[in-house]
Amino acid sequence: MSLFKLSRTAGVRMIKELFIGQFLHVTKATHIRGPFFKYLRPLPQAQVQMLQGFKWREQRLYSTSGPQDGCKEENDPKETISVTFVLKDGEEKQIQVPIGMSMLEAAHLNDIELEGACEGSLACSTCHVIVMDTDYYNKLEEPLDEENDMLDLAFGLTEMSRLGCQVIAKPELDGIRLAIPAATRNFAVDGFTPKPH
Amino acid sequence: MALFKAREFLYKGFSTFATNTKICVVGSGPAGFYTAEKLLKALPNAQVDIIDRLPTPFGLVRSGVAPDHPETKIVVNQFTRVAQHQRCSFFGNIKLGSSISLLDLRDLYHAVVLAYGAESDRTLKIPGEDLSGIHSAREFVWWYNGHPDCRNLNPDVKATDTAVILGQGNVALDVARILLRPTPELATTDIANHALEALQESAIRKVFLVGRRGPVQAACTAKELREVLGIKNLHIHIHEADLVKSPTDEEEVKNSRIQRRVYELLAKAAASGPPHSDAGRRELHFVFFRKPEKFLSSVDKKGHVAGVRFEKTVLEGSIPGKQIARGTGEFEDLECQMVLKSIGYKSVPIDGLPFDHLKGTVPNVRGRVVSNMSGDSIQLEEGLYVCGWLKRGPTGIIATNLYCAEETVASICEDLDKRASSSSFSSSPKPGREGLIRALDNQNVRVVPFSAWEKIDSAETRLGSLKNKPREKLTTWEELLKVAME
Ligand SMILES: Cc1cc2nc3c(=O)[nH]c(=O)nc-3n(C[C@H](O)[C@H](O)[C@H](O)COP(=O)(O)OP(=O)(O)OC[C@H]3O[C@@H](n4cnc5c(N)ncnc54)[C@H](O)[C@@H]3O)c2cc1C
Ligand SMILES: NC(=O)c1ccc[n+]([C@@H]2O[C@H](COP(=O)([O-])OP(=O)(O)OC[C@H]3O[C@@H](n4cnc5c(N)ncnc54)[C@H](OP(=O)(O)O)[C@@H]3O)[C@@H](O)[C@H]2O)c1
Ligand code: FES
Repeated sequence: MSLFKLSRTAGVRMIKELFIGQFLHVTKATHIRGPFFKYLRPLPQAQVQMLQGFKWREQRLYSTSGPQDGCKEENDPKETISVTFVLKDGEEKQIQVPIGMSMLEAAHLNDIELEGACEGSLACSTCHVIVMDTDYYNKLEEPLDEENDMLDLAFGLTEMSRLGCQVIAKPELDGIRLAIPAATRNFAVDGFTPKPH
Repeated sequence: MALFKAREFLYKGFSTFATNTKICVVGSGPAGFYTAEKLLKALPNAQVDIIDRLPTPFGLVRSGVAPDHPETKIVVNQFTRVAQHQRCSFFGNIKLGSSISLLDLRDLYHAVVLAYGAESDRTLKIPGEDLSGIHSAREFVWWYNGHPDCRNLNPDVKATDTAVILGQGNVALDVARILLRPTPELATTDIANHALEALQESAIRKVFLVGRRGPVQAACTAKELREVLGIKNLHIHIHEADLVKSPTDEEEVKNSRIQRRVYELLAKAAASGPPHSDAGRRELHFVFFRKPEKFLSSVDKKGHVAGVRFEKTVLEGSIPGKQIARGTGEFEDLECQMVLKSIGYKSVPIDGLPFDHLKGTVPNVRGRVVSNMSGDSIQLEEGLYVCGWLKRGPTGIIATNLYCAEETVASICEDLDKRASSSSFSSSPKPGREGLIRALDNQNVRVVPFSAWEKIDSAETRLGSLKNKPREKLTTWEELLKVAME
């Protein structure tokens, strides 16, 4: 657990350092990155993954795969979990997410409108999601200070809030439901018991 | 055609009748770009033009966000995709109010959204405020971020070892961090070269961050605070006595997660070891419960600041979140030769625009500009909207402008629908982009399109790569326009 945390912190730091030197690359390359918006034609998944070979991204996937699931650098693409997103209008969308992938990436690959202004580098809070079930919330690693700092600023924060870019698919999360907060929505009535902090 | 239909269906409910709606967004900061993005999605037939007074887009993401926060600036990727959308255009070097009047702009478009931010400062209105050596944090930030309007600010960081920053918001913390961070760490950021060179020779060793209220009310957020507290070889000074909480304070920290976490960080920093004096070490002092009374002028350097006189304060009021600082009549002087006022930004009014001079914002109802509010009746300016800091005042992070834009765009769509169904609208085509270009041409305004910004962008990144910086910003109007027009 603590090892896991350490590796994640190191990952974050590495991303930061990489960014300082590589801002240029990131800026240049990312516009081909994802079917982020409706008006960009989505690429087939395989192609997107191929195009995503930026250093910082590999780094993060690598460092977040954690000791307990072993370092799966070459993920078996068939190992997926099922994740349900509850969209802003209440509609639900179930998708399959490969182990090791963040919910932000998964959402974008599946055309789900989850903002990700900083593209997963823990600097924006726009990828805020709410875990709909306490059991699943408790299966997640505790948020790092860096994530909590961004959560402080998240719109419509609840006790079950997390940042989508920091929730990484792992087998125990199979069946998790994540809501994308909307200004008009009252989560208290959506049937979850808040976890005491 | 089939595709077109499908789209219409997708965006049902939103102005499906309005064909060729021409909308102009003024200001290309987060508010402007989020507005454009949401408009393009909501109105499949709208043409959206974004204009900015600078040759460069992105507002405070370029000229406000600190150079050592590259991750925060990644959002420009998203904004770039918006600018490259086929129904969207960016035109730089167009200043509303001088290149074109608001009246003329409104004639050219069905709707105009003002998102031109807050480009002036709140003032303290105390004696000595115009002494030299006193700058607003806004100018100082523009200086280190290479905004062409502050290229020649030249704050004198060599002549003094002490700087006082008034205010304890995130901007104050950014400024303190830039003054105190070891320069080798700044050298690999996109900090303006003139600022880096000045800071490399900086004599500043002590920075005071002064707040009129207590640590519970500090306006900064945990992320920024953690960062400044973590600067290498920096001694943090906080008076333990200031950390004592009143029952109302206790209530505030209980109610607000941000305040609680900020307070805890400050308390932890205060507790972690007494500073042993070590020559050359840098110091950061958090000073609470002091409000500026007057600026002291120097005896030997005429017209220059030599210090700040503060009045001690206590908090008044028992409603959590609403406590205010009241002076106690006790005063204290703090010597320094540089003062940075970081007490908030303020928007600038424009001819023909309703403006609340007290708040420094445009009166509006969910983004619709209000021309007259007398009693219960509200009169709206047809086709005129606001978003971002101009609408809400100068607070909030980048993401706040996203929700702000959602609200404004919802209002625009509702109004367009209403206008469309009253049928007068469809029969009134507007010149939009072509009309704008023609009008500017007549005024001899040199427009900088997005492709010209891309030239600036690549010139900057190329210059930066020579120095291991993500970019070396062009910092004068001449250079920017020269590269843009090449
Ligand atoms: C120093 C500083 C640091 C910040 N750091 C962060 C951070 O790290 N993270 C974060 O989330 N938020 C940060 N913020 C907050 C964030 O920058 C703001 O919330 C946001 O930029 C406000 O957006 P805006 O579009 O309303 O204004 P702006 O970003 O200011 O954009 C206004 C635009 O309008 C243009 N303009 C002005 N006048 C005219 C005119 N007359 N005609 C045409 N164009 C005009 C300007 O050139 C500018 O491009 C910071 C703010 C400041 C001041
Ligand atoms: N990294 C980031 O996320 C980041 C970085 C920079 C800026 N921003 C955001 O940008 C916004 C603007 O930041 P800001 O720092 O300019 O504003 P701010 O957060 O509103 O802080 C203003 C500070 O000035 C003080 N002040 C105001 N009037 C004063 C007076 N007359 N005398 C003495 N002190 C006075 C306030 O104290 P009182 O509380 O007593 O009024 C407060 O400490 C904020 O929302 C901020 O979060 C974010
Ligand atoms: S995408 Fe920015 S914090 Fe997750």
